[in-house]
Amino acid sequence: MTINATLLGQAISFFFFVLFCMKFVWPPLISALRERQATIAEGLAAAEQGAQAQEVAQAEADKMLGEAKTQASEIVSQAQKRHNEIVEEAKQNAVLESDRIKSSAQAEIDQEVVTARAALSKQVSSVAVAGAEKILQREVDPKAHAAILDDLIAKI
Amino acid sequence: MASESNGGVIDATGYIKHHLQNLTYGQHPDGHWGIAHSAEEASAMGFWSINLDSMFWSILLGCIFCLIFWLAARKVTVGGVPGPLQNFCESMVEGVDNIVKESFHGKSDLIGPLALTIAVWVFLMNLMDLVPIDFIPEFAKRVFGIEYFKVVPSTDVNVTMAMSLSVFALMIYYSFKIKGAKGFAAELTMHPFSADNKVVQIILMPINFFLEIVSLISKPISLGLRLFGNLYAGELIFILIALLPAFAQPLLSVPWAIFHILVIVLQAFIFMMLTIVYMNMAFETHDDH
Repeated sequence: MTINATLLGQAISFFFFVLFCMKFVWPPLISALRERQATIAEGLAAAEQGAQAQEVAQAEADKMLGEAKTQASEIVSQAQKRHNEIVEEAKQNAVLESDRIKSSAQAEIDQEVVTARAALSKQVSSVAVAGAEKILQREVDPKAHAAILDDLIAKI
Repeated sequence: MASESNGGVIDATGYIKHHLQNLTYGQHPDGHWGIAHSAEEASAMGFWSINLDSMFWSILLGCIFCLIFWLAARKVTVGGVPGPLQNFCESMVEGVDNIVKESFHGKSDLIGPLALTIAVWVFLMNLMDLVPIDFIPEFAKRVFGIEYFKVVPSTDVNVTMAMSLSVFALMIYYSFKIKGAKGFAAELTMHPFSADNKVVQIILMPINFFLEIVSLISKPISLGLRLFGNLYAGELIFILIALLPAFAQPLLSVPWAIFHILVIVLQAFIFMMLTIVYMNMAFETHDDH
């Protein structure tokens, strides 16, 4: 427990250990720490930036999606409109066509009726003449009774 | 060992004294150089003798510290996953660096390495206190025939005082370097009492100087003796516990060792912290006088 030259020896070794630490231990470790700190800070900043960019992109995408939706609904409504128009047009065309067909059919029927009536009246007159011939048992001059027959035909 | 002795007060005293005696090499009063065989012989050698055990252990532990940290520093990588050794050393360096940043406001490349060296080296020296008290001395005695072998360097007052005086020398050096001789002298004489009147100030100067010089001198002494006292007391208690019967020893030495872990770390931390604070004082410039 006496003070002796150990004091000096210890001080000298202390000096060398501090020197060693100062030259070979502290600088590489502390610079590595600082560098890593910088790297981590950069990484965090980059992540922050990325998050912001992502947010912006998300907003952009949302906007675009909204636009597309509006556009799509516009297109759908236009198509609906067009569809209605086409249907309407088709209906009108159909009605016109049917009218046309109806009227032409009517005309044909009328024509047919006229023709049939004419044929029928001819046949009736001949049947009437034949009947009359049979009834009278004698030949009747068709010319003499033509006026009567024509009158009959007109009545039919 | 105590258990080997015949018992009795003399043996116990001898055991304690034996464990508190360093392996001292120096010049005997009769002129020849050699190992001291008793405390009386050691003190008779005077200043020019050296405690071989303290030197051996402190230098060994210092080299272990340097080796561990050098191995980590050599292969330090910024990218990639750091290994356990690098992790440990980095956390130590970072911890010390943070404390230095908080407590030391000057600019110096010395303080960080100084604080790290003190923290780890003092810790390792204190740690030797947890090695069972008779293991190494008995081994040294039986294998190498070494009579005295104290394994805890920080229980040697020379070791702790050498470190605190080295810190003190740095304090004085940087006080002169940063503040200049005039500034340092002003710091010692213009505080704590100051007056606007020149004559009164001159009268106050010796009083200030006395107070400041006492506080300045007390710093290294308290720094060194605090560490020494704590570790010496801890060691002494281990020695006393070792005097008990074998079955009783673990009951006391285990709790004391667990408590002592706290002391070991705390004292290393305090030594480092106070060094930083003292160096900060040396670097501080007072513009008010």
